[in-house]
Amino acid sequence: MAQAGVVESTSPAIATDREATVFRIRLLTVICLLVAWEGLAALGSLEILYGDVIPSSWKIAVAVWGEVTAADFYRDLGITFAEHIVGFIVGSAIALALGIAMGVNPLLRKAIEPYLNAIGSTPKIIFLPILFLIFGTGIDSKMAKGALSAFFPVVFSTALGMILINPVLLRVGKSFNLNQWHTVTKIYIPAMINPVITGLRLGMAITVIGVLVAELKFADGGLGYRLGNYYEQFRIAEMYAIILIIFALAALANMGMTRLQTYANRHQGGSGAHSLSVATN
Amino acid sequence: MTGSFKLSRSPVLVGALGLAVFFCVLEIAVETGMVMELVVPRPSDAFLAVPSVQEDMDLVGNFFVTLGMTAASTGIALAIGVPFGYFLYRNRRYGIAYEGWLAAAFAAPTVLLYPLFLVIFGRTYLTLIMMGFIPGAIPIVIQTRQGLLGVSQTLLNVGRSFNVSEREMFWKIQLPSAVPTIFTGIRIGVMYTLVNIVAIEYLIDFGGLGRIVSEMYFRFDTPGTYASIVAVILVSVFFYWGFGRIEKWLRPV
Repeated sequence: MAQAGVVESTSPAIATDREATVFRIRLLTVICLLVAWEGLAALGSLEILYGDVIPSSWKIAVAVWGEVTAADFYRDLGITFAEHIVGFIVGSAIALALGIAMGVNPLLRKAIEPYLNAIGSTPKIIFLPILFLIFGTGIDSKMAKGALSAFFPVVFSTALGMILINPVLLRVGKSFNLNQWHTVTKIYIPAMINPVITGLRLGMAITVIGVLVAELKFADGGLGYRLGNYYEQFRIAEMYAIILIIFALAALANMGMTRLQTYANRHQGGSGAHSLSVATN
Repeated sequence: MTGSFKLSRSPVLVGALGLAVFFCVLEIAVETGMVMELVVPRPSDAFLAVPSVQEDMDLVGNFFVTLGMTAASTGIALAIGVPFGYFLYRNRRYGIAYEGWLAAAFAAPTVLLYPLFLVIFGRTYLTLIMMGFIPGAIPIVIQTRQGLLGVSQTLLNVGRSFNVSEREMFWKIQLPSAVPTIFTGIRIGVMYTLVNIVAIEYLIDFGGLGRIVSEMYFRFDTPGTYASIVAVILVSVFFYWGFGRIEKWLRPV
């Protein structure tokens, strides 16, 4: 008992020490990166290395402030947000319906899975010319690109979620004489919430990339368009600022979806797979 | 009835038939004007455009350009990713400290960094290689660390009971056990590298297959655009299928 007591009293101390070390490593890494960055920026300002290509972190911070206080930034943010949300909802809804159909019908799944895998592993950006031809170069083509990006991770995870459902649940459903609709709504959907949220989380992240990349090619608004403009005008600090803001927004969206998944896991008692998967933008 | 054939038992055939029916319907729809030929060409026209795309744009040669860029990026990603993953495994606290950052970097839209590399390296192959390297290295680092962390304790104990050196422990026990997981990282890394390289080729009109798609679109050569898109799909399928086969072969039963 005494030993157990010692273990119990030292374990939190070890954990705290480990956390402190991890914190120190992170802090040191950030400081080293900042110092290295400033060194490169100084070389640039002395015209030794790529003048103006690497602005000082202070200039970038000022540019970030300039962006978030500019009125037209919010117009572009709104455009990207609208394209993202519409694309994500449309793509996910179609993917959910098809994923459920694939889960219910093994013949359909086996028939179309090779084709979905083939297109799923392809860079979706090459479909942009088709989307431009069909929807034009306005906001619609970006929404379509967003939908295309969101579709694949969601359809794969939904179909997988359907396949991996505990057969005992299905047998219970059969013993209660549930029809197909009730089997889907009462058994399949509650049991597959976790994989579906995983797919939605991935889909959301990929939709952001898909929409921004489409904006970089042809657009008259949006954060991707703004980034492209800054590059063409050689406004490097603003370019870095936009990239930082986009990365921060993407991280926030990802964090929100991860929290949603953790919440669903807690209520489902699932494990929540966090494996890496090939889901291309 | 033993010789009777049930379509429902051969999903591959059902899929192929479905695709054939889709192409026939599309052909008729374009022929009858229900679908604008300017937007969607006849599937037969897209198929017949392949030789002209090859003649005009050197499809095969550009495939090798993209392949070369992907190989170079993957090579650098391997050379840096595997040792760094090993470092994070050996130094557990560094591993814990960087774990979350690596996961965040993996989900981040790294493709948007291309203007930075354009500014630094210009419209050169180096930009493509760097843009392929970044998304390729992250999963390799993550999976190398995961693979080494997942090596069975029993195997390590067996190694210790034979008094093997640290070096032998790594080369004879840890690395072979971790290879399947590391290869998963390589497969994901290669796919991300390919995707990023084709994307950047398309965005900056430079390099291999991505550039062809962009050029065909700018020429308003719709059948050629579709033919080049199909070529990119075939290349992706080749990579996806090939690496999937190797991964299956490497994975213990």
